[in-house]
Amino acid sequence: MSHTTHTATEVRAERAPTASFTYAAFLLAGLAFLLVAPMFFYPIFLMKLLCFALFACAFNLLLGYTGLLSFGHATFFGGAAYFTAHAVKEWGWTPELGVLLGVAGAAALGLVMGFVAIRRQGIYFAMITLALSQMFFFFCLQAEFTRGEDGIQQVPRGHLFGFIDLNVATNMYYFVLAVFVIGLAVIWRFVNSPFGMILKSIRENEARATSLGYSVAHYKLGAFVMSAALAGLAGGVKSLVFQFATLTDVTWQMSGEVILMTLLGGIGTLIGPIFGAGLVVTLQNYLATSDFPVTIITGVVFMVCVLVFRRGIIGEFYASRLGRRLGFEHRH
Amino acid sequence: MTMIFGIPLQAFLGQLLIGLINGSFYALLSLGLAVIFGLLRVINFAHGAQYMLGAFVALLLLQYFGISYWLALVIAPIVVGLVGAVIERTMLSRLYKLDPLYGLLFTFGLALAIEGTFRYLYGAAGQPYSVPAALAGGTNLGFMFLPIYRGWVVVISLVACIGTWLLIEKTKLGSYLRAATENPVLVQAFGVNVPMLLTLTYGLGAGLAAFAGVLAAPVYQVSPLMGTNLIIVVFAVVVVGGMGSIMGAIVTGYMLGIAEGLTKVFYPEASNIVIFVIMAIVLLIRPAGLFGRDA
Amino acid sequence: MKPLLEVRGLNAWYGESHVLHGVDMTVGEGEMITILGRNGVGKTTTLRTIMGIVRERKGQIMFDGRDMMGVPLHRTAHSGIGFVPEERGIFATLTVEENLLLPPVVAGSGMSLDEIYELFPNLLERRSSPGTKLSGGEQQMLAIARILRTGVRLLILDEPTEGLAPVIVQRIGEVLKTLKERGMTVLLVEQNFRFASRVADRFYLMDHGQMVADFPVGELPERMDMLHKVLGV
Repeated sequence: MSHTTHTATEVRAERAPTASFTYAAFLLAGLAFLLVAPMFFYPIFLMKLLCFALFACAFNLLLGYTGLLSFGHATFFGGAAYFTAHAVKEWGWTPELGVLLGVAGAAALGLVMGFVAIRRQGIYFAMITLALSQMFFFFCLQAEFTRGEDGIQQVPRGHLFGFIDLNVATNMYYFVLAVFVIGLAVIWRFVNSPFGMILKSIRENEARATSLGYSVAHYKLGAFVMSAALAGLAGGVKSLVFQFATLTDVTWQMSGEVILMTLLGGIGTLIGPIFGAGLVVTLQNYLATSDFPVTIITGVVFMVCVLVFRRGIIGEFYASRLGRRLGFEHRH
Repeated sequence: MTMIFGIPLQAFLGQLLIGLINGSFYALLSLGLAVIFGLLRVINFAHGAQYMLGAFVALLLLQYFGISYWLALVIAPIVVGLVGAVIERTMLSRLYKLDPLYGLLFTFGLALAIEGTFRYLYGAAGQPYSVPAALAGGTNLGFMFLPIYRGWVVVISLVACIGTWLLIEKTKLGSYLRAATENPVLVQAFGVNVPMLLTLTYGLGAGLAAFAGVLAAPVYQVSPLMGTNLIIVVFAVVVVGGMGSIMGAIVTGYMLGIAEGLTKVFYPEASNIVIFVIMAIVLLIRPAGLFGRDA
Repeated sequence: MKPLLEVRGLNAWYGESHVLHGVDMTVGEGEMITILGRNGVGKTTTLRTIMGIVRERKGQIMFDGRDMMGVPLHRTAHSGIGFVPEERGIFATLTVEENLLLPPVVAGSGMSLDEIYELFPNLLERRSSPGTKLSGGEQQMLAIARILRTGVRLLILDEPTEGLAPVIVQRIGEVLKTLKERGMTVLLVEQNFRFASRVADRFYLMDHGQMVADFPVGELPERMDMLHKVLGV
């Protein structure tokens, strides 16, 4: 979101040296937790959580670091799920190749959607991405290979690299965890690369970046495709986890969900979306057994977040006294 | 049988009429969106939910109080407009100083909450709302059969669109609205209560959506989700038209409705997506939209 | 002379930057006051703060014996203060006549539409064209004219002659004299020193967000050295 118009709500954590240490400690603790987590939680729940966490981080790469609010990310998540599911089920591809196809397909969709959408900024960008992803939804509803309302069912998990049996729950879990860690590492690398720095300067002052000779449109498109590809990575893996790919994942509700996860966790913080995804997925699991509709809660949480909690959980933590004592500097 | 482009004239005109009806709703809704956006700089995602509310208020008025369609056409927009005004005053007004994206996200949440609540209370299935007796039946125009209610929808929504346009372009209140769209601080310094004007505008936009909802009740079924997919199409309409001009929003709404209807005749598979395709083409050729002023 | 406007210890901020550092000034009923000063010393901010547009403010503003600090922006005009901004603020989507009729009438003492058209015949001729199709001079006339209708007692003008041809500047001077005869109180910021010395009764000299001197027009010759120093002209 553009820097000039809402400096007061900008969430950005600048890390002092002590913070880097704290941060590394947190990351290691988190990783250790995820390594032993299957002993305490249902693997399927953890895998769902990791897929959505990666999806939210991919989305945040775009919103938090370039200021572009996409309302169409379900296209990449759900689209990749279809591609992967189709490749492993119909063509008998190995899971890693199926996921790679999902990533490539999502990137291609991202290229097309991005090319059209970056012609407008801000609020229009959001509306255009929403409209284009609705178009993709109707395409999936009518296309042959997506199997309409039924979706692609009974997707085999197969053998990773031909010899690791993913039907074993533990194997599948560590595969998902590895993909998650790789995805995060790619985002981390991307944000801190020269490309990421230029994106940051575009977000802060687009006119200045243009006058410095950067082709702003190309950089935005690059970020959009990157974000789409990573969302596709999450979606492709998800179709293997649940062994199906359906219309649910390409609906606008799904695009809204990932926005909520990111907003709730903290826009522009690297780990915030993970927490946001964790909270939303847990809440959904909890409510799945009651007949109270999730949308009411989702809607109300959205409203509350926007009204009084714009920094999100991690943003608030960075800005809190404890956060600052640990060396996180919250800059307005 | 008379044929046009290899299609029976009857079918052609029938789809044209459906296109015109859809276009009427697109026009009414995109008009409201444009009015709200002009002054508040908020894209009202809840517009579809407010349209649904209008239809539901009409249905509930009939079920519980036996209040007729004609009265509902007046009461429902007022009720929904008032609810909108309260929401604007208590919540939305806190977001004006922030990036406009927050207004979009807030109204998105509002739409989810409203639609979720109605789904919880009344279920997802549609409920019929019968055509008022005075407008029941149809008339044979010689070349086609015209259901009277459908003709009424086209006429009355055109009247509502033109009325809103006149209100904004030709009245004192409209001159306040236009001036405040350009420079709200100065208008306020002149002694006009601009915060009240914003509340009024949001209420007006919500009321207009509810009016469309009441009109739609006998055409489609009354269901909690009737506005959900519609609002996304209306967003596309607004992107095509550009939000700079009220008249642009109206004209684009009708044009795209008709384009959609004609697509149903010639290539039915694409009728769901034709508006999005047109949007993409317009963006590639003329990013500011057909009537847009800003790029 | 009874003070119409009294400002004491007025401070104002734009976000983090502190612009006014304790402005004190008094404007008498029927007086025409000009604030002089270099660019960026806080002249425009003073006007905008008195008007209530700048809300981050501390100190005291009394208008006609009434405390204005708690008055919301849209009530300020109703207390009797009218504002003509530096950029004139003519609305492009409104016709000339709509522009003229836009500010609500706050007291019965304002000019009628006929009187205004008499004073500004150009506006009558072009009443139905869009406001911004007028020339710069005509836009300035329109900006002043629309406030005259409202019946305010204090007119605040920010650089009314900026960027205008000498013949127009002269015309604005005549208008201000007419207003003075009708008993209007005027507070203006002006860079055009010659113009200011023709219309003003009294001057305030501003520097670094404070008033550093005030003197009647009669003392102008003996103050010239100091003015040169502060204004850098």
